[in-house]
Amino acid sequence: MDRLLNVTTGLSVILLIMVLVSVRRAHIRVEYSVTWLLGAAAMLVLSRSRPALDLLRVLTGLPDTPLTLFLIGAAVLLIMFFRFSVILSHLRDDNIALAQRVAILEYHIESLRNHEG
Amino acid sequence: MLVIVPAFNEEGSIGHVVASVHRHVPGLPVLVIDDCSIDGTLAVARAAGARVLCLPHHLGLGGAVQAGYKLAFELGFDYVIRVDGDGQHDARDIPRILDRLLASGCEMVIGSRFTPGNGGRTGAVRSLGIRFFRTVLRPILGQPVNDPTSGFVGVNRRALAVFSRSFPLEYPEIEALVVLQRRRFRFEEVPVKMAPRTAGRSSITAMKSLYYIIHVLLGVFVNVLKFERKLHRQPPADSRREA
Repeated sequence: MDRLLNVTTGLSVILLIMVLVSVRRAHIRVEYSVTWLLGAAAMLVLSRSRPALDLLRVLTGLPDTPLTLFLIGAAVLLIMFFRFSVILSHLRDDNIALAQRVAILEYHIESLRNHEG
Repeated sequence: MLVIVPAFNEEGSIGHVVASVHRHVPGLPVLVIDDCSIDGTLAVARAAGARVLCLPHHLGLGGAVQAGYKLAFELGFDYVIRVDGDGQHDARDIPRILDRLLASGCEMVIGSRFTPGNGGRTGAVRSLGIRFFRTVLRPILGQPVNDPTSGFVGVNRRALAVFSRSFPLEYPEIEALVVLQRRRFRFEEVPVKMAPRTAGRSSITAMKSLYYIIHVLLGVFVNVLKFERKLHRQPPADSRREA
C-alpha cells in the first residue's frame, strides 16, 4: 500500500513539473493546464494524506484504499478527456468557420480584382 | 440561381461536370468548391469556366457544401442546386429540380434515384443502408423519403439561411433533412437518373460503412433532441417571424 502511495506521489510530482515546464515554454496554454495541475495536485494530496484517502473510501463505500485511489485517478482522467473533447469540438467548429470565411473573402477579393481588371 | 459543386480530388470528372451544366442549362453560374484538392481539380474547374471557391484546408463534404451555401446566401441567390463533382448527377435533371422548387414552394427538392417507377439501382450494401435509413427517418420526418443519401438537391433561400448557420459536417445529406424538418420546412423528391462515378474514388468505403451508420444515427437523434427543445421553448408560430 505504501509503495502504491509513493508511486502515486512520484507520478503526481512528475506530472506537476511537466505541466509547469510546458506552460513556461508555452507548449500548453495556461487555461488548458489548470485541469492537469488540479488533477495532479489532488492525487499528490491524496497520496500523502492517508486520513483523506480513508475518508473518501468510506464516503464512496469502496472495499479498499488502493481501489479508491485508482478509481479517483481514473475519474480525474475521464473528466479531463471529456473537457478536452469539448474544447477540441469548439476549436474544430471555429476552425471550419474561419476556413470558410477565409475562402469566401478570397473569393470576394478575386472578384473585385477581376472586376477592376 | 446557382449550381454548387463540392469537389475533392476530382480532376478526372470536374471538367465534364461543369461543361455538362453549361451545356444543358446555359447561362447558369457554376461554383466549384475545391476542398483543398491535391490534384488539378482547381485548374480544370477554372478552365471549364466555373467560379471557384478554394478552401484553405480540407474540411470534408459538409464543410465544403456549407461554404458554398454561405457564399450563395451572401451573394443573394434565391435558389441553389448542389451537384456532386464525381459526374454521377445528370445536369439535364437540374431544370426539373428547379421547376419543382419554384412550383411547390418547398424548401428542398431531392433528386431521387428510388422514386417509384424510376428504377434506380445501387450496390447491395448501400441499398440495405438506404432501406434502413428510410425506415428510421419515416416517423421523424413525417413523410417517406425514397433517397435520403442523395447529394443531388436544390434548396431555396429559406433553407440557405438555415444551412449557412447550421449544417452537418461529415455526412450531411440525412442530417440536413432532419435539420429542415425540425424547423417545419418541407421537402419533395423528383426522379433523376444517376450514373456511376466517371473518375476518382468514392469517399465511402466498405470499412467506413459501419462508422457512417453510427455517426449518422447519432447525428439524427441529436438533431431531433436539440430542435425538440428549441421548438418547445419557442412562442406560438403566429408570433414568430419566418427564419
